Amino acid sequence: MAQASGKSAGKSFFGKFGVHIAVLIFVVIWTIPTLGILVSSLRDKDQIIASGWWNSFSSSTQTEAGRLPGPEAQVEKDGRFVIEGNIFGDGPARTISAFGVRSATPTQFQAGQAADLGDGVTLQLNPDGTFVLSSPVAIEGRGQRVYYASSAPPRFTTENYETVLFSEGIGRSFINSLTVTVPATIIPIMIAAFAAYALAWMRFPGRALIIATIIGLLVVPLQMTLIPLLQLYNGVALFFGVPSKTYLGIWLAHTGFGLPFAIYLLRSYMAGLPKELMESARIDGASDFEIFLKIVLPLSFPVLASFAIFQFLWVWNDLLVAIVFLGSGSDQLVLTGKLNALLGSRGGDWEILTTSAFVTIIVPLIVFFSLQRYFVRGLLAGSVKGG
Amino acid sequence: MAAQILSAIITIIIGVGGAIAYFWGANRLLDLIFPSRGVSGMAAVDNLRRQGLIRPWLFVGPALLIVTVYLIYPVVQTLYLSFHDRTGENFIGTANYQWAFGDREFRNSIFNNILWLAVVPAACTFLGLVIAVLTDKIWWGTIAKSLIFLPLAISFVGASVIWKFIYEYRGEGQTQIGLLNAIIQGLGGTPQVWISLPFWNNFFLMVILIWIQTGFAMVILSAALRGIPEETIEAAVIDGANPFQVFWKIMIPQIWGTIAVVWTTITILVLKVFDIVLTMTNGQWNSQVLANLMFDWMFRGGGDFGRGATIAIIIMVAVLPIMVWNIRQANKEGGR
Repeated sequence: MAQASGKSAGKSFFGKFGVHIAVLIFVVIWTIPTLGILVSSLRDKDQIIASGWWNSFSSSTQTEAGRLPGPEAQVEKDGRFVIEGNIFGDGPARTISAFGVRSATPTQFQAGQAADLGDGVTLQLNPDGTFVLSSPVAIEGRGQRVYYASSAPPRFTTENYETVLFSEGIGRSFINSLTVTVPATIIPIMIAAFAAYALAWMRFPGRALIIATIIGLLVVPLQMTLIPLLQLYNGVALFFGVPSKTYLGIWLAHTGFGLPFAIYLLRSYMAGLPKELMESARIDGASDFEIFLKIVLPLSFPVLASFAIFQFLWVWNDLLVAIVFLGSGSDQLVLTGKLNALLGSRGGDWEILTTSAFVTIIVPLIVFFSLQRYFVRGLLAGSVKGG
Repeated sequence: MAAQILSAIITIIIGVGGAIAYFWGANRLLDLIFPSRGVSGMAAVDNLRRQGLIRPWLFVGPALLIVTVYLIYPVVQTLYLSFHDRTGENFIGTANYQWAFGDREFRNSIFNNILWLAVVPAACTFLGLVIAVLTDKIWWGTIAKSLIFLPLAISFVGASVIWKFIYEYRGEGQTQIGLLNAIIQGLGGTPQVWISLPFWNNFFLMVILIWIQTGFAMVILSAALRGIPEETIEAAVIDGANPFQVFWKIMIPQIWGTIAVVWTTITILVLKVFDIVLTMTNGQWNSQVLANLMFDWMFRGGGDFGRGATIAIIIMVAVLPIMVWNIRQANKEGGR
C-alpha cells in the first residue's frame, strides 16, 4: 500500500506483496504465544528448562553431572582394576559429545577418547554413555564424579497432562469449572428472554425507565457489587446456618451479572422482528405467552446462541467472581483460580504451568472455533447497534 | 465428585424447570383470575385490560428482582459503605476518600490506570483497524482474522501464564527459555526481569490486554468497513485521492461512530482489569491498578470494606460518563 499511488491504489505487485507480509507478521505475533505453551506442554520437563521451546524440534544440549559406581563394582582384568557400565543407568538415551572430571572443565575430553586421569588411571566415556574406568591399583573411595555434555533427541510426551490432570488437581478443577459454568449459562437465558420480550413488545408504564436502567447497568463495574454481596451472603448463611460459599450462590451471582447484557442483546434483536407476525398471531387469539413461546423464541435462536457463548466464555474465564464467592478448597476451586494458585506455588515449574494453562484454555478454544459465527454476531449486535 | 455433577444437573433441571413453571403458572393464574374467554363482552374487555396491566410485570418480574438484588442494591450499598469504617457500622464521613488520595499506593494505582487508559484502548483500536483494512485485501484474510481473534477466548489468567512464559528470565549467559529474553540475548543485549522493572512493567502487562482485545476491535471495525458504500471510495479514487487520503478522509469519518464504541468498550474493560495484574505481579514493583487494589483491601488484614468500597466508587465515577453517554445514545435511537 505504501508504494501505491493514484488509481492503482494497493494493486501494484509490491503493494500486494507488502500486505501479505504485514498480515503474516501480525498473525505470527498473535499466534506464537499460544503456540509456545502448547509445544512446551508436550515437551519433556527436563528439556523445557534446557532449551527454548522454539528449539524443541532439534536436539537439546546440556551439561550434566553423574557419578560412576564405587569400588564394589570393580573387577580385576589382566592385572588392572576395571569398572564398566553405562552412565545413564535407566534414564533416557542421550548422546555424549564431551566429558570431564572437574566441574571447571566439564568438556575437557572428546567422547570415545580414553582420558588420562593421572597415576595411570584412564577413563573412557563413549557417546552412547558406556564407560570404562581402568586403574593399575585397586580403586578406592567414592565413585568418580563425571561431567559431560549430552544432547538429547527431541522428546514429546503426554506425561505432563497425566501429571496435572490426576495429581495436580487440574482434573478436579475442570469438573468444578463445568459445575459453575453450565448452570450459570442456562439459568439467565430463560429469565432474560421473557424480560426482553416484555420490554420489546409489551406496553406498560415504566418500560422506558427499565430499559434505561438496564443499559446503565451494562457498564457497572463488577467491583461495585462485591462487598455488599459478600456481606449479604454471609448474613444469609449465618441466618440459615448454611455455608456462605456455595455453587448456588455463584450461579445466582453470574446470573445477576449477566442479565443486563442478556436483556439488552435479546431485546434489541426481538424488537427487530417483523411486527406483522405478532399482530396476526394476536388476531388469531394467541396470548402473549403463546406468541413468545411459539413465535419469538424459535426465531430468536441465533441471538440466544450468541448470548450463551458469551456467557459461557465469560463465566469459564472469570477469576474475580469465583475467588470471591467460592472457597479455595479442592471441591470448589475452579480452573482459573487453580491456575492462579499454581502460579504462586509452582512458579518455575513450566511443565506444570504450560500444561495447566492449556487445559484451561482448550474448552474456550473449542467453543470459540466451532461457534465463531454466533460469537461474532453477538459481538456485532452488542457493539455496533443498528450498524 | 459424582455427587457434585449430580447436584449440578439437578440444579439445571430445577432452575430451568422452575423458570418454565413460574412463567407458565403465573400466566395460567392470571387467565383464571381475570378470564377473557367464556364471560360476557364487557367483563371480557375489562379483564383483558387488567391482564394487559399485570402480564408485563410477570414477564420482567424475575429479571427485575435479580438485577435489583445483584446490581442495584450493591451499588447503593457500596456508596453507603464508602462513608463508613472497616466494620461498616460507624459513619466516618469522607475519611476514606481523604485516606485514598493521601495513600502512596492509591496514587500509584491512579497513575497506572491513567497510563493503561491512555495506551490500551488506543493501541487496540489502531491495531484492530490496521489489521481489518489489511485482511480485507487478501484471500486468506478470514483465516488470519480468526487467528488474531482467537486470544479473545482465552482467560486473563491463561493469557498471563502464556505471557509470563514469554517474559521468563534466566541469568545472563544462561540458556533463555523466555522468548523475549532469548531474542534480546540473541541480539547481544542483556536479559531483563521484565515484569519487575518499575514503570516499564506496566507496558509489559498492557501488551497482554492488547493481545487479547485487538481481535475484538478488528472484528467490529472490519464489519463497519464493509458497511461503507463502495461509491464513496470509488468517487474519491476517481477524483485522484491516494490510498492514505481515501483511508483518512473517506473511510475513517464514516466509521467514526464504531471507533467510538470500540474505544469506550475497551476503556470500561481497562478500568476493571484485575486478573492480569493479580497473576503477573499482584501490584508489586509499582504495577498496582485500582481494581486489584480494591480486591486487596477487601481481604487484606481481615478486610477493610470501607476502603474497598471507596476504591470501587472511584472506579464507578470513572465509568459514569460512559454510562450516561450510552443511555443517551440508546434514547436517541428510541425504544421501539
